Amino acid sequence: MAKTEKVKLPNWKEMVIGGINPDAGSAMKYNSGTWRTFRPVWSQEKCIQCNACWIHCPDSSIMIKDGKVCGIDYEHCKGCGICAAMCPPKVGAVKMVKEEK
Amino acid sequence: MSKKLLALTGNDAAAYAMKQIDPDVVAAYPITPQTSLMEKFAQFVADGESNTEIVLVESEHSAMSACVGASCAGARVMTATSSQGLALMWEVVYIASSYRLPIVMPLVNRALSGPINIHCDHGDAMGIRDSGWIQLWAENAQEVYDNLLMAIRIAEHSDVLLPVVVNYDGFIISHAIENMYLYDSGEVKKFVGEYKPKYTLLDPKKPTTFGSFDLPDYYFEHRRQMAAAMKGSFKVIADVAKEFSKICGREYKNLEGYKLEDAEIAIVALGSTVGTARAVVDELREKGVKAGILKIRTFRPFPEDEIADALKNLKAVAVLDRADSLNAVGGPLFDEVRGALYRKSVIPAVNYVYGLGGRDMGFPEINKVYSDLAEIAKSGKVGSARDLVTYLGVRD
Repeated sequence: MAKTEKVKLPNWKEMVIGGINPDAGSAMKYNSGTWRTFRPVWSQEKCIQCNACWIHCPDSSIMIKDGKVCGIDYEHCKGCGICAAMCPPKVGAVKMVKEEK
Repeated sequence: MSKKLLALTGNDAAAYAMKQIDPDVVAAYPITPQTSLMEKFAQFVADGESNTEIVLVESEHSAMSACVGASCAGARVMTATSSQGLALMWEVVYIASSYRLPIVMPLVNRALSGPINIHCDHGDAMGIRDSGWIQLWAENAQEVYDNLLMAIRIAEHSDVLLPVVVNYDGFIISHAIENMYLYDSGEVKKFVGEYKPKYTLLDPKKPTTFGSFDLPDYYFEHRRQMAAAMKGSFKVIADVAKEFSKICGREYKNLEGYKLEDAEIAIVALGSTVGTARAVVDELREKGVKAGILKIRTFRPFPEDEIADALKNLKAVAVLDRADSLNAVGGPLFDEVRGALYRKSVIPAVNYVYGLGGRDMGFPEINKVYSDLAEIAKSGKVGSARDLVTYLGVRD
């Protein structure tokens, strides 16, 4: 399950008031990839590096290194399947696989 | 300390307070009986006497939403409304307090529909009693003005950061002309100072998020913080009143007793009815009846211990509610005052729901309450003289 549950959460006296979040980019630290039903599985062998998945990902869950797709960030991927749908049919480098608990 | 004596309506008094506070943004929508307040304030702005940016919106939901946005952006923000306007605002009223935005709002109390009615009762304010807004109540135009000036400082204090509503009775206070003192604008300006928000949306060097999704792992802590802020506001309300006494010459308290020290019977009330009751008490005192009044100025936070202390020597007490909870018991103020009494005493307490939809509350009605109380005090029991809850002034 979620990684955050293992982390000690701050108590109410330690938290910033009003639900205000003063840390820009802090979503990186928060595991929001916990409610997927299907997970995209990327194949390095099949991938032609067209970057269509990266362009269309509504989160930022397609990981890129030196301009090339190198994997999927499952801590933020919600399993919407857009990457798999955008991957050219002849290539089929992203397959949606049912999550198993 | 310099004062000017003027004859003003309660709405004029509120408009003068707003002019002197000179908030950065006011977003409002007209509604009776608040309308003449915003008309007067808009005139001040049009005449260049206030630098406020007035945002004319299409509804009260939008008014409070614009206030929330402006306050997140770091502005000092005010609005004003009544009754249905507050009802339409309701969703955003909770957002303002939960985001910890120090918005200050005069609420010109008016009955809620339906059937539709434009006159005074406290049903509107009671509808937001659990919203996390601080609630101050005024007895007359002077207190409208004074409470508004203090409200800014209370709301913006770093230990509080909760919005404040300043209640006053529709028409009875808002449209009646009374003598009252206005203070020197320079002194008021110095007193209210400048709002320096800790977090704002418009600081590109420190980007912040307001209104993010608060899941079960954080929401409860944020509500707990609000509870602590509400409790902590007692000290701030007292400190601000002390500082303000140098301008107004009077130190406002959460409660104000009238001839309460040696009283045997007393009423507890909010708003303008206290003024009428003072005259009734004076008459009763001449006849040797030991009658008194406890006025509640601070309803949120609820000064439970102070109320229990103030009432502890009475033989009988009546709580006057200008609103009905429709909970098959009585009014909301009664519920809470009775709760406060329960901790320290077994004084017989009864409830009168009165004045709904602007029904008059005059000498005969208040006299009846005191004569009932005298009977209860004599017998020591509620049941013998009166029902627990009486609808005062209704046609039976």
